[in-house]
Amino acid sequence: MPATTVRSSVPTVERATLGNGLRVVLSPDRSSPVVAVAVYYDVGIRSEPEGRTGFAHLFEHLMFQGSSSLEKMEHVKYVQSSGGTLNGSTRLDYTNYYEALPAHALERALFLEADRMRSPRVTEENLANQIAVVKEEIRVNVLNQPYGGFPWLTLPPVLFETFPNAHNGYGGFEDLESATVDDAQDFFDRYYAPGNAVLVVGGDLDAADTMRLVERHFGDVPARAVPERPDFDEPAPTSERRAQHVDTHAPAPALALGWRLPDPADLAAYLPFVVLSSALTTGDASRLKRRLVHTDSLATDVGTHIGVMQDPFDVRNPTVLSIEAHHGNDVAADRVVTATDEELDRVATDGVDRAELERVVARLESAILQGSDHVLSRTLSMAAFEQQRGRAELVGELAGHVAQVTPEQVRAAAATLRPDNRARLDLLAGAR
Amino acid sequence: MSGPTTEQPAQPRAVPGLGKVRRAKPPTVAERVLPSGLRVVAIRRASVPVVHLRLRVPTAVRRDADLARAGMLEHTMLLGTAERSQSEIADALQRIGGSLRASSDADRLVLAGESLAPGLPDLLGLLAEVLTSASYPRAEVEREAARLADLLGRRLSQPGVVADERWLRQVFGDHPYGREYPAPEEVLDVSASSLRSAHRRRLVPDGSLLVLVGDLSPARVLDRVEGALAGWTGDGSPTTVPKVKRFTPGALQLVDRPGAVQSNLRVGGFAMPRTDPDHAAQELANAIFAGPFVSRLTQNIREDKGYTYSPRSSLHHNARASFALLQADVATEVTAPALVEVGYELGRVASLPPSADEVESMAQHLVGVLALSTSTQAGLAATLSVLLADGLGVDWLRDHPQRLLAVTPDQVHDAARRILAPATRATTVVGDASVVGDSLRDLGPVDLS
Repeated sequence: MPATTVRSSVPTVERATLGNGLRVVLSPDRSSPVVAVAVYYDVGIRSEPEGRTGFAHLFEHLMFQGSSSLEKMEHVKYVQSSGGTLNGSTRLDYTNYYEALPAHALERALFLEADRMRSPRVTEENLANQIAVVKEEIRVNVLNQPYGGFPWLTLPPVLFETFPNAHNGYGGFEDLESATVDDAQDFFDRYYAPGNAVLVVGGDLDAADTMRLVERHFGDVPARAVPERPDFDEPAPTSERRAQHVDTHAPAPALALGWRLPDPADLAAYLPFVVLSSALTTGDASRLKRRLVHTDSLATDVGTHIGVMQDPFDVRNPTVLSIEAHHGNDVAADRVVTATDEELDRVATDGVDRAELERVVARLESAILQGSDHVLSRTLSMAAFEQQRGRAELVGELAGHVAQVTPEQVRAAAATLRPDNRARLDLLAGAR
Repeated sequence: MSGPTTEQPAQPRAVPGLGKVRRAKPPTVAERVLPSGLRVVAIRRASVPVVHLRLRVPTAVRRDADLARAGMLEHTMLLGTAERSQSEIADALQRIGGSLRASSDADRLVLAGESLAPGLPDLLGLLAEVLTSASYPRAEVEREAARLADLLGRRLSQPGVVADERWLRQVFGDHPYGREYPAPEEVLDVSASSLRSAHRRRLVPDGSLLVLVGDLSPARVLDRVEGALAGWTGDGSPTTVPKVKRFTPGALQLVDRPGAVQSNLRVGGFAMPRTDPDHAAQELANAIFAGPFVSRLTQNIREDKGYTYSPRSSLHHNARASFALLQADVATEVTAPALVEVGYELGRVASLPPSADEVESMAQHLVGVLALSTSTQAGLAATLSVLLADGLGVDWLRDHPQRLLAVTPDQVHDAARRILAPATRATTVVGDASVVGDSLRDLGPVDLS
């Protein structure tokens, strides 16, 4: 029986670059009276200097502390009292800020983003307050949590050797505590230039009207020099790199295997790994779930991540495919690794047949469509695609590209995932 | 920081007002009760070529052993049918870009799934097959029991989960609402034969609700569902949990977690059901106390004092009890001061009406969040299945914004007295007792465990 296929529609996109260098993408979709606004700055965890681990994320918090026209909390109050929600996040290669709101609050959201692009309002008091908040964020997500930071914080230092790729993006407490208002000023001046940002607005909007509003609010944000993005590439492992991590909260062990991937900029070379990842661990029909969980009962859970932050399309080179498995105390980690290697070898040797590939593609297509049903997640995807690939339209085109991946490409992708070019991290259960 | 170093400080500008409110188009809905007693509601939202379904079966946890059995039903229902193995079911779902999964709580079992729109007939076929002939093969059931035990062990190692469980126990005691998760060893005792009989007894169509949302034609889908599920019959009626006893708050429960760098605070108590005429007012009271970022407690213990990352109070609606529960994870050294601020904000919202501005702002926020959360197929399916199962209609979604916007400060105050008054709240803290114990005892009685 053939797999189900549908045709996904490519969104309408209007583009402009303002005089100050800000790139703008508007994408009307009038199916619901909601809009989303996203600003992506081209600076992330990889750009923070040594001695300032966690600074990109701390700075993200500071962007909510008031701006040129607004006191602390006013930004948040304006969004929420307009019926909206908001947040920001810090990734390896970008920091983003976004709102989802009723359509009638669109101009207000544009104003608020422009106001903090003009200048955030950082004081000693706000800085000290947000350092305390970030420390609690790290405690709740990492230090006080079983499997906290596994493997997103603990695998990169095994797989990578250079500071930008290997360091802890949440930051050490000493580094966070030594951050100053001047550091924040310098970071803003250097990285938050309008020419270093992309603005994407999606949802129930009229493109021409909205472009006028964008020009009105962002047009006079002063232009500044745009930093050159460094090449963060480094050599891939030539032998297996191993480490152990004792997790004192964890009741059972876990394992992460990580490999370098081709440069995501080359979509044709990259997508076979996205498909392979799904074939390996998405759903009960996937190969590693069948082998490790159902047939051999070696693992209680297994998953594959593309990118340490688990989004294949939010990261530039160099990046990672990782396999994460949780297993019982009575199962030796080596057995899990051996079975995983055998399954990878099976794909590398025999490939996948067309029927399996079609099923995997149907599942991926469905996930892509479901993701694009929400105005905010669709707008965020468009912003990442625009920033990193200059093509917001990929939000609608991606499923078509995925469907072009051939069985031979998936086979060849699996053949690159070998024991001698990976990192292996064993999480040891240290709970009493 | 006042602006880029090379520029003059920017002059303050006026924040733009709001435009004209645009309303969502009401969805096309079709509904039918099948001869088996199953109620089917189909709604068209064709934003993407996908369909979602939610089947809610009201089958309650009535005794202690039911909880582990319900947990195992969730994890074993798709292990095989009369016609297919687990792998064959998984392949069939993957082929339509779909998934199907079970979940349960003390009141019900839910089957949720989705597929690419052309795959809906197959999805319904699989749903019917699972409902009528799930086989619970013994070896696979034993494997899943071991796996679920391991998953539960990991879940119950999270301090936030321990705090939630201990708070539920404090408020609901031995009632089925008194815990969410069975112990790992309980699920190991559940046999394949007991699952087969539980399936027959519990998964009955009478009183169940099936909601479908997506790129579909509602009227045609009803016929298709009726055909696909014609074989799903079975004697039996919905079951409910025992009546919930009123609860008198006692001492603070302190659960020792030696070496913990944070304390997990849980503070809450009974609230009103969603069907109560004052539901909109209680939603506002809860949100003003500790809902979104602008709420009072977040401003106080996060943005002013830096004690915590993400405090939040939520309303929970079970079939026979509703409750409001605050969750806040705070630095160990400020455990007692954070609790003092929680008590202050509870007392403030329960003893003084909020300003008209604060109520109006929060009402606008809740109206917007409702619109956003129902603007996707999956969100609409999830929200509607909950509302309809509570006996509310599709028109509730249309009318609720007006209800929120009509609430007065005095009504918020009155609701806050009923659901947030400090004297009616139970408090549980998971943390390092050797560090936080004495300062908590300074605030009032403490039971340590």
